[in-house]
Amino acid sequence: MTCILFCIFLFSRAKGGILTNYLFQFARILAFCFLGEICHAVLPLPIPASIYGLLLLLAALRFGIVKLEQVKEVGLFLTGIFPLLFVPAAAGVMELWAEMGEMLLPIVIAIIPVTVLVLVSAGRTTQALTSRRAAKKEAEHD
Amino acid sequence: MTDLLQGFLSGSAAWGVLLTLAAFALGTLLNKATGKAIFNPLLLGSIFVIILLSVLNIPYADYKASAAPVNYLLLPATISLAIPLYEKWDLLKENAAAIIAGISVGTLVSLGSALALALALDLTREQYATLLPKSVTTAISMDVAAELGGIAALTGAIVILTGIAGNLLAEVVCKIFHITDPIAKGVGIGTSAHAVGTSKALQMGEVEGAMSGLSIAVAGVLTAVLCPFFVGFIQ
Repeated sequence: MTCILFCIFLFSRAKGGILTNYLFQFARILAFCFLGEICHAVLPLPIPASIYGLLLLLAALRFGIVKLEQVKEVGLFLTGIFPLLFVPAAAGVMELWAEMGEMLLPIVIAIIPVTVLVLVSAGRTTQALTSRRAAKKEAEHD
Repeated sequence: MTDLLQGFLSGSAAWGVLLTLAAFALGTLLNKATGKAIFNPLLLGSIFVIILLSVLNIPYADYKASAAPVNYLLLPATISLAIPLYEKWDLLKENAAAIIAGISVGTLVSLGSALALALALDLTREQYATLLPKSVTTAISMDVAAELGGIAALTGAIVILTGIAGNLLAEVVCKIFHITDPIAKGVGIGTSAHAVGTSKALQMGEVEGAMSGLSIAVAGVLTAVLCPFFVGFIQ
């Protein structure tokens, strides 16, 4: 009950500084984490809570349910410290040396050359298509 | 002495986060001082943490428990990728076909390479299923690997290392292969190296970051859908 009231409060259009302060910005983002977790629990698709949450927040911003300034500063702070957030998980590699040693060659190939190959194939495909569009647009203008 | 230290640290709530921040800060300082991409703050920070834990003989599980607040922020941070995406909505809409095509090609190349690797090196089905989803975010790849009979924890480690490789190589690879369009850079990085790569894309520019964030979601879902099909090629 308190939770529901709090959510109504969070997404109300009331004017005032308090609704855009950092604490409530964070609360709003967390509300979308929670919604994402609910979707993940309820829907039978192999999609994690984070992806549901991302899409829901994007939709909420697009439809004006959440205004940009109601999440912007805290959201950009969080995306700004992204690399730091992976340190504990990355250090977890130390527990798996033995398992990794057993299939070292395929792992090394998968990590370095394959990653480059995927980056280049995805990037070049997009670039080819966007530049063709741009060229077509220019031709129309002439 | 080590027992005393371990006993104290396993009860301390602050040290895991502090160690994470200190290791990352040291990595950032080294990165700034040398100006070299290989001195990557995430890579160096993780190495410092591993070295310290190994030298002091502290179990990783203790560190992980104490650094849990850092891990906790991963979910809200991933969801916040919606913000740069929203700010670049027009660009996204205008180039939707090119973006989707790029992500699809990248995902197919990733899965196809795992299959080629499995055939060439005669991998077991378990090893193949462990490698197959390695280009997408841990949340998806570990579930997929477990589902298909791979070793989920090992997939998690490979995913992180893939991300670090993408993070390190992104700028050089874009330069060598003449990927100059910011949209294409973002799509390439997000498709190949998920959120860890995206953290680099965000530094390269707003458009790169937004497109990379989008690619995590699209490539992740595509991989989850295609993996059960691809795993059938190896018995």
